[in-house]
Amino acid sequence: MIDNKIETVEHNQNGSMNYIKDNNFKISVEKFSFYYESAQALKNIDLKIKKNTVVGIIGPSGCGKSTFLRCFNRMNDTIPGIRYEGEIHIDGNNIFDRNLDVVDLRRNVGMVFQKSNPFPKSIFENVAYGLKINGIRDKSYIATKVEKSLHNAALWEEVKDRLHQSAFSLSGGQQQRLCIARALAVEPEVLLLDEPASALDPIATAKVEELIQELKKKYTIIIVTHNMQQAARISDYTAFFMLGELIEYDITNKIFTKPSEKITEDYITGRFG
Amino acid sequence: MKNRKAEEFIGFIILRICIGFVLLALLIILFDIVKKGLGVISWEFLTAMPRNGMTEGGIFPAIVGTFFVTVITAILSIPLGMGCAIYLNEYARKGKITRLIRMSIRNLSGVPSIVYGLFGVVLFVQLMRLDTSILSAGLTLGLMTLPWTITASEEALKNVPQSYRDGALAVGATKWQAIRTNVLPYAIPGMLTGTILGLSRAAGETAPILFTGAAFYIPFLPKSLSDQFMALPYHLYIMATQHHAIEKVRPIAYGTALVLIVLIFCMNFFAILARYKLRKVKVE
Repeated sequence: MIDNKIETVEHNQNGSMNYIKDNNFKISVEKFSFYYESAQALKNIDLKIKKNTVVGIIGPSGCGKSTFLRCFNRMNDTIPGIRYEGEIHIDGNNIFDRNLDVVDLRRNVGMVFQKSNPFPKSIFENVAYGLKINGIRDKSYIATKVEKSLHNAALWEEVKDRLHQSAFSLSGGQQQRLCIARALAVEPEVLLLDEPASALDPIATAKVEELIQELKKKYTIIIVTHNMQQAARISDYTAFFMLGELIEYDITNKIFTKPSEKITEDYITGRFG
Repeated sequence: MKNRKAEEFIGFIILRICIGFVLLALLIILFDIVKKGLGVISWEFLTAMPRNGMTEGGIFPAIVGTFFVTVITAILSIPLGMGCAIYLNEYARKGKITRLIRMSIRNLSGVPSIVYGLFGVVLFVQLMRLDTSILSAGLTLGLMTLPWTITASEEALKNVPQSYRDGALAVGATKWQAIRTNVLPYAIPGMLTGTILGLSRAAGETAPILFTGAAFYIPFLPKSLSDQFMALPYHLYIMATQHHAIEKVRPIAYGTALVLIVLIFCMNFFAILARYKLRKVKVE
């Protein structure tokens, strides 16, 4: 049913998004279910994501949105007793394929966590970390790459004179952008953001949001957010999850103005949540 | 209202008495040993062989013996203990078997040391034909300290936030890379502290070395790891209970006790210092 809806979306305001005809999806989720032990956390999800778009995932607490996000780079693999059904394709390859190297997958699909988690190293070493463990030894290449990543994460100007200070000396918002820079340094194609601004003040949040708009030119971004205004502001498409089900997935504007499902409307207008 | 305050007052008094009692016991022991032992401590006492049926001279071979046994203990216990802890905490699936293994290890730390001694005789002295030697005694003590080393190391690993592991995995680290570069550096201070505390307990043990290598009296230093040796705790035991002229050698017993206590305090102090130093590095 959800699938049909996506296929038949009629739109739209600017007419530039030929969603229906474009078969060239970066990511496609097919009949995907996820279980913790015997509890089903995600139920038969179908969803397709275009390259260089931002997809916002919203829904009440415990609806499975973070779990869903952590499927794209198989971070859930670290949890014992989990099980998948269905497939997730990135560039046409099923990420649950036996032959797929999960280490390669994670380099290709970067992730920024809800609570910023800089390592107890210097700012420079934090960003260089991914390069070094991926076997890059060339010092000048690493230095260039670190600078570029910090630029891309809109942090360079603030830290360029203190690269060798501890990452813990940064403010909360700077730490989160540092984590984004760390993810960018290994040149992923997809970026997963798990409530990246939930612990930040409004100014830092605005910076991160601005940054996401900039990043989508290069990356395909999936962002989980608790904040519906944020989803409305930054995402091109929005997926509404409830109790492990994908209730509605559509162009953000449509979700927030004319949702097809009553329950989406109830959630968005704040009748529950 | 008044009742609550009275209750609190009485409660605090009781807690203070508890602390006071413990401190008092410690101070009395220390005072007694220092008072009676300090008199015999001299350069000669620390560096000379025992003479005249151990009624005169020093305790040098016992210090040397304890040192070498502790080194053997460390060589067995540190790598093996850390390895087990890393496996249990990072790799082993969380399930019934892991829980069972962990429970067994915890229980092993409660096994009386004399039982380890007996086990050491059977395994190292007889079965492996290492004879009564520094090696046998050190390995026995190593086995005895393993549960402490493993438990302390596992606690240290648990204290490293999961987000360090996740963050590393998320940029394409393998599990071992994540552990090596982003977990171990922050766990090692805690691991070392726990391990050194375990070693300092081992250095003071008598029972496990009693059957496996410690000798009553050897008028020369051990030449190799397969020699028997004298050890501080065993020497103390003999001076205090087994010697033919107990009254005469009592000061030597107290001197030995003082040396042993100072040695162990030094190790504990070093453990705490290491933790403090390395923790500071981590925060910077």
